[in-house]
Amino acid sequence: MVVRKHQVLPVKSEKDVVTVRQEVRRWAVELAFSLVEQTKLVTAASELARNTFQYGGGGEVQFEALENGVRRGLRLVFEDHGPGIPNVALALRDGYTTGGGLGLGLGGAKRLVNDFEIQTAPGEGTRITVARWR
Amino acid sequence: MTITADAVETSQPAPETSIGIVLDRFEREILAEWMPEIIALLSRGSRVQEEEVRMQARDFIRLLRQATRGANLTDISAPEWQDLREFLGDLSRSRGIQGFTPTETATFVFSLKRPLFERLRRENTNGHLFDELWTATVLLDKLGLYTTEVFQKTREEVIARQQEEMLELSTPVVKLWEGVLALPLIGTLDSSRTQVVMEALLQKIVETGSPIAIIDITGVPTVDTLVAQHLMKTVSAARLMGAECIISGIRPQIAQTIVHLQVDLGDIATKATLADAFQLALQRMGASVQRPGRN
Amino acid sequence: MSEHIPILRLGEFLLVSIQVDMHDTLALDLQDRLTAKVVETGARGVLIDISALDVVDSFVGRMLSNIARMASLLDAQTVVVGMRPAVAITLVELGLSLPRVCTALDVDQGMRLLRTGLVEALAPPG
Repeated sequence: MVVRKHQVLPVKSEKDVVTVRQEVRRWAVELAFSLVEQTKLVTAASELARNTFQYGGGGEVQFEALENGVRRGLRLVFEDHGPGIPNVALALRDGYTTGGGLGLGLGGAKRLVNDFEIQTAPGEGTRITVARWR
Repeated sequence: MTITADAVETSQPAPETSIGIVLDRFEREILAEWMPEIIALLSRGSRVQEEEVRMQARDFIRLLRQATRGANLTDISAPEWQDLREFLGDLSRSRGIQGFTPTETATFVFSLKRPLFERLRRENTNGHLFDELWTATVLLDKLGLYTTEVFQKTREEVIARQQEEMLELSTPVVKLWEGVLALPLIGTLDSSRTQVVMEALLQKIVETGSPIAIIDITGVPTVDTLVAQHLMKTVSAARLMGAECIISGIRPQIAQTIVHLQVDLGDIATKATLADAFQLALQRMGASVQRPGRN
Repeated sequence: MSEHIPILRLGEFLLVSIQVDMHDTLALDLQDRLTAKVVETGARGVLIDISALDVVDSFVGRMLSNIARMASLLDAQTVVVGMRPAVAITLVELGLSLPRVCTALDVDQGMRLLRTGLVEALAPPG
């Protein structure tokens, strides 16, 4: 697998969240994702960026355009040095309505992408990697 | 790409390789020796005017001369080779349309070998003739094969487009009434086809501003869990947009499958026939059909 | 903050057309101002046009639901119009259901709903 393009953006303010949305859209268009796929990527990125900023205390997002043989993909890595997520299983089951939990909606974002990986521990920050392939 | 006939002499540093030097100094001579070979190739049912081929040959040599000014004669994906690549791409595409086989187009490139090698041999003074010939033959092979690749890719694009059109034709969305659309699904549905079709339906709903869409599955022999899920997601998405779906044509076997798979249709309206669904749709639109009275 | 999303008045109704990619503060600002305007004008309906939005995430979704809830507490109905297919498909995948938000395909159909007061009957439970 080859990384064709690479970029890093800060996620430290709500304006950054908007910028991330626009950049993800730009990358997805360039990689020729369909409109629905683009929208899913941008929406997932918006959720994760907001989490990084609001819950994680700010961090950064890495963009990578991937090439695996004939397949093209977009990978995003959201990283922060915040409190970490105590119960990942619960967070993944979480919905958006009130129902306890952190309301991070990770389960929803997970459904919008092909690959989803999360590395986190209390006090050790969070690193979420998502990717979509076409 | 329109290109002027003769190369323009510019004051540039001398080419770095023997091949580059030979092309630079003897461009016209090589072209003159090459021309009869190309014309000979055309003699079998010539579909292209001789003049056009002459121009193509002239442009090819000119661009080859340009590209061989530097030291790189092996990597044709490098920027200095871009103009020549574009020219070859256009050539391959236009010849493909004219009915030439990819071999014929590649041979056009390969046929430059003899005149070029002749010239290299005549001008060789450094004793490395074999190396130069080898470099030249590998280079022209790459360029000739490139035209074949472009041809291949163009064919693939045509096929992909035809597949799209076929898909569109086989799943038309029809307007039954002001504000009422119908999507008659025919044949077995696989996951990807269902997705494409459903996206098309939602798009049509927006385009026509139709608040009611009837999805008729009379012509669908079986429905599996995945397809049922897609149907439900489409209905949910339509609802979020402000339109309602009615599913019609549920045959006994499909009804059994739905129950068996424990698919919960929730409050989606379903009707046995398209006619019933249409009647319901009219009701919702506040319209009705009346038979003219007999007097 | 210097920018606000304009709120137009159309008789007894308020009209909002979201034309920008909102950052969170702007969305909350809209929520607050819209509620205040409903009180101020005694409007009986709110129409929110999202046809220009190519993304609706959970934050905007919550904003829309909140607006609908607050409006209904003030005896006004809310209709959201113009959701794009790609957005709708994504929201379904995301599992977001927009409780209490009634939707219509465009402004015309949305106004028709508000005028005939059908919103109550058609909005999903919240």
